[in-house]
Amino acid sequence: MSEHHHDHDHPTHTHDGKPIQEDPLPPIEAQILEASVRELLIEKGIVSAEEIRRAIEVMETRGESLGARIVARAWTDPAFKEKLLHHSDDALLEFGIDMRPMELCVVENTEDVHNMVVCTLCSCYPRPILGIPPAWYKRRDYRARAVREPRAVLKEFGTVLPDSKQVRVHDSNADLRYLVLPKRPEGTEGWSVEQLEALITRDSMIGVSDVRDPAESGA
Amino acid sequence: MEPKYKPGDKVRILQRNQPGHVRTPIYVRGKTGVIERIVGSFPNPELLAYGHTGLPYKMLYRVNFRQSDLWDDYDGPVDDTLEIEIYEHWLAPA
Repeated sequence: MSEHHHDHDHPTHTHDGKPIQEDPLPPIEAQILEASVRELLIEKGIVSAEEIRRAIEVMETRGESLGARIVARAWTDPAFKEKLLHHSDDALLEFGIDMRPMELCVVENTEDVHNMVVCTLCSCYPRPILGIPPAWYKRRDYRARAVREPRAVLKEFGTVLPDSKQVRVHDSNADLRYLVLPKRPEGTEGWSVEQLEALITRDSMIGVSDVRDPAESGA
Repeated sequence: MEPKYKPGDKVRILQRNQPGHVRTPIYVRGKTGVIERIVGSFPNPELLAYGHTGLPYKMLYRVNFRQSDLWDDYDGPVDDTLEIEIYEHWLAPA
């Protein structure tokens, strides 16, 4: 007997052994519009399909490493840190990043303050320096709860803060994008910029966690 | 364009039911906070979203709220804050 003896009325897998994939949703207006504009631009020779593919690839392969380099520089160069906090566009240009017309708002964690970023309305995120936002950042529960009960959310991320530390939540709802400047950990005096970079994680720059423990980083 | 408010000014977010693409979340409407900084003027997103130019530009501010002023049952220290960007046409003096 062939491999097709199983019950096709209740399929649990496809013939290639992969889980069944849902049919794609019917295109919505915006998707139709996007496809039409894209096809027209290609047809008229304004951009090529290859250029679009390349732009998507660049966007999707960008990670948090640039953010980590920026933070490590701020930890080791007080003049750069001042510039980053007050004239972030000039500071970013030193790393070849021009975010205009958006502006980067850098918020500094200190002994007394912990900053945390959320976009309650959608998923605004400093993509040029941190890449694509994590899935949880775009989820409704994070977006709703980060402003409502930030300390409970932080605790679920393993970040338990004393009441003596102020929590400042930043709703990235309009024209600014946010970067948390984590606090440089104790015990890293004399570390090289590269060693410091290895401590700086994506989540520490969103503000849901601290940087890596220098004692465990093996640096 | 001259900003109408300056850092430290107390402001109230307007309680307005406005359909469409609005960047003022409902949870801050009707609440009172303090201007943290003037961000600058930007195209009005409520028009930009519909293919218009966004003119006239709107002044944008960061407004700082005490969490306990946003949520009656906020579970955390009184110093905890929330900061958010609000366009001038959503603000009134408080």
